Amino acid sequence: MDTKIYTTIVGMEIHIELATKSKMFCGCKNDPFNAKNPNIYTCPVCLAMPGGLPVPNRQAIEWTIKLGLALGCTIPLFSKFDRKHYFYPDLPKGYQISQFDQPFCKDGIVRVPEGDVRIQRVHLEEDTGKLQHAVVDGKKVTLVDFNRSGVPLVEIVTEPDIRSGDQAKAFLKKLHQIIKYLAISGADMEKGSMRLEPNISVCKGAFDGVLPSYKVEVKNINSFNFVKKAIDYEVSRHIDILETGELPKQETRGYDAANSATISQRSKETAEDYRYFPDPDIPPIRFTKDQIETIKQTLPELPDDKRIRFSQSFGLKDSDIDLIIDRQEHADYFEKCIDVINSTPAFDRVTPYMVAKALINSRGVVRVSETEFVQAISDKLTDLTIDPLILVEACRKITEEHHDAVESYHKGKESVIMFLIGQVKKELKGKGDAEKIKEELLMQLT
Amino acid sequence: MTDFFWLVGCLINNMKLNELTLIEAVKKLQAKDISHAELYQEIQKEIAKKNPELNMYLTINPEAEHEAEKLLNTPLAGVPIAVKDNYLTKDMKTTASSHVLKNFIPPFDSTVIAKLKHAGGVIMGKTNMDAWAHGSSTETSDFGRTKNPRNPDYLPGGSSGGSAAAVASDTCIGSIGSETAGSIRQPASWCGVVGLKPTYGRVSRAGIVPMASSTDSPGPIGKTVEDCAVMLNFMAGKDPYDATTSILNVPDFTQFVGKSLKGMRIGVCYIDHPKIIGTAAALSIEQAGKTFEQLGATVEQVMLSESLADGRILNPNYAIAVYTIVQRSEVSSNLAGYNGIRYDLGRGEFGAEAKRRIMLGTFTLSKGYADKYYVKAQQVRTLYIQNFNQLFQTYDVLIAPTSSMGYALPLGASKDNPMFGELEDMLLEPSTIAGLPGISIPCFRDETTNLYLGMNIIAKQWDEQKMIQIAHAFELATTWNQWVHRSA
Repeated sequence: MDTKIYTTIVGMEIHIELATKSKMFCGCKNDPFNAKNPNIYTCPVCLAMPGGLPVPNRQAIEWTIKLGLALGCTIPLFSKFDRKHYFYPDLPKGYQISQFDQPFCKDGIVRVPEGDVRIQRVHLEEDTGKLQHAVVDGKKVTLVDFNRSGVPLVEIVTEPDIRSGDQAKAFLKKLHQIIKYLAISGADMEKGSMRLEPNISVCKGAFDGVLPSYKVEVKNINSFNFVKKAIDYEVSRHIDILETGELPKQETRGYDAANSATISQRSKETAEDYRYFPDPDIPPIRFTKDQIETIKQTLPELPDDKRIRFSQSFGLKDSDIDLIIDRQEHADYFEKCIDVINSTPAFDRVTPYMVAKALINSRGVVRVSETEFVQAISDKLTDLTIDPLILVEACRKITEEHHDAVESYHKGKESVIMFLIGQVKKELKGKGDAEKIKEELLMQLT
Repeated sequence: MTDFFWLVGCLINNMKLNELTLIEAVKKLQAKDISHAELYQEIQKEIAKKNPELNMYLTINPEAEHEAEKLLNTPLAGVPIAVKDNYLTKDMKTTASSHVLKNFIPPFDSTVIAKLKHAGGVIMGKTNMDAWAHGSSTETSDFGRTKNPRNPDYLPGGSSGGSAAAVASDTCIGSIGSETAGSIRQPASWCGVVGLKPTYGRVSRAGIVPMASSTDSPGPIGKTVEDCAVMLNFMAGKDPYDATTSILNVPDFTQFVGKSLKGMRIGVCYIDHPKIIGTAAALSIEQAGKTFEQLGATVEQVMLSESLADGRILNPNYAIAVYTIVQRSEVSSNLAGYNGIRYDLGRGEFGAEAKRRIMLGTFTLSKGYADKYYVKAQQVRTLYIQNFNQLFQTYDVLIAPTSSMGYALPLGASKDNPMFGELEDMLLEPSTIAGLPGISIPCFRDETTNLYLGMNIIAKQWDEQKMIQIAHAFELATTWNQWVHRSA
């Protein structure tokens, strides 16, 4: 089987719950993950009592536009909410308020080395309640928790531009990073505040723009790695089927992490009719160019721009920069360290490169102030100039004090040297370059 | 017979307290001429006497008198108000006259009810209506039809039939109803009372069982125009719980009562429609035109037109289709949530009319049909809006018969006629889909049947005050309002 004659075609739908204070269309607290009990953050609107009317959350709309701008989307000056009808016990109104043909944002792009991914649209809708299957009084029942009902949910839809599991993973990491930079969502895949749904199909030969007549949607994926694995699994499954001359079934499948496989959930032979129409309870929304510009002003410096600036200002390697700007708070910490260096003459021998390396070595877990962090780097520099006589003296003292250790070293237990280095360092009150100490110790021991 | 007793009552100067208008009742209570106990006993007596036959009230508030006693120093002084059963009332059953909500006791008040209570009004009880407000007869109620107090062989109209009948029968001091297209004005017309439909967005829909969200307008039904103005004063205004309410300031509507009509321009509409021309309803409106001329207004007939044309009014026939499609679409959506999981009895309990509307609305929104029906209907809707915008550059108000069928129809008339309401409310649909306000006032009474005709006065958006001014002038200048002219 020659996989090279097949092309993978993947488009993604990504849902993220916005971390606004209140829900999308009512004043209820938006905190479904930390709720102590079911159905405590509810009201006539998110429970769909008769006469409960949706009043849109301004913050949620602004954040959606902010995300759209960060993804390079155009923001139409006219938008509206629509009703999307379907029945499910966790959907109390019998319809979901969503956006149909006029989303807040459209036509964006996310640049990744594996290949750019165009964004078709970014729209805003509401989340559903949550079903819980339980046994109450010996009876199997399904319970509904509406704490999540009406939580603002952004849906990002890509064009079918993804050609591999690796590209999907890189795209998602980038998207996740942007969302975290904007601080608009927890974007936590374990909890479900970020949900990933690839639509996968495979065509023979090169992709000429005509989509295959089937696609498989995979749900329940809670990590970027699993997205990659699900795509890889599906692609090889599709190719196997295509090789026999058949066409894979159009269906929804679930990801089974334990077996790194997907499992058929339900067939999707016919397109559902959601009977979309403009929600008459919510007046259409019109923006001015100034309003969009104002939202644009609130955008932070995004990773791509930061990479260029860090490269130009600090002369760092891209691979190092990527590690530093991985998260906004790491990048900020780094920049504050640079400020400390620039404002403190005593640290003038510490370079941005040293700070970057030290930060990368600490793997992002730094619990000291920027000044203390720079101080530590500076101290190490000083260590190199420690008086060689003091070093020799300290090593002599330790080898004398720890006879047993020296003895076991001579018996061939070479790892003891590490213990001795530690003791010398202690003697020198934490100072001293480990390599230099080791050199001196080895000299004295032979 | 009612009028006979009323006449005798006046003659011996012993008018019953339940016959007081809202303004009179508030004055007398505040002046301590009468007590709450006296007023409520009279009302309760009247309800006990009439409700078993007329079936206006579905629920009576047993605490009404008790609640009223604490409210003397409020604007409404604790007067009893009848409330249509689609307004959610905290701890008081709210059914929208449907078995689906048979056991529904809301945990909160609708905005209008909260405002009513704040102003010192007391819920006398919840009134019968067409189930889900689907109809113009009150015959689609799952709890039996209401009869017309003017003549119990006839329908009261609907969907706010119970509220209009409660006013006509003096079993309340005022009432509130809701209109989607005619549901306040048509029963007001048939029952010989005043019904006011405000501009869409003037009064909050929050906490009212929705029918067609894009036209639902809560409004007052009262004994006089001034009573309606008072009630509208406390009902209107921006509501944070309804995004479609307007931020515009609400004027004191009672201020426009008693002003001269000199210089007012009035357009007379629809009397040349083939279904209306030459009918008693058309004649009553022509007569009204003459009255307005005598009061100093300029009156002109506005001719019917099949297309947008300067100075002409679009044939309302097309509005029937527009309204039917938009309303059924919204109904099918609004009723989607009654699935029996939370507070309602589920979809098996829907009556025949609701099922018909759900099916039709589901069809008009379906893929492949939405463009043909729903989208097209909205486009025609825009034509009506443009037509009215243009007409209101020439006229201050437009007048027309309220009901295309004239007088109330006999009991059973809506049976086997799924389009009964839409044909009946034909003359109200064009202005309704344009969101315009209107008021229906009595403009004739047939002495043999004791049935009334109503005149519909419509104004441009947010111009309720003008129609109130004109309606009030008419009420004073003619004898058709029994409460205004009881001492004549």
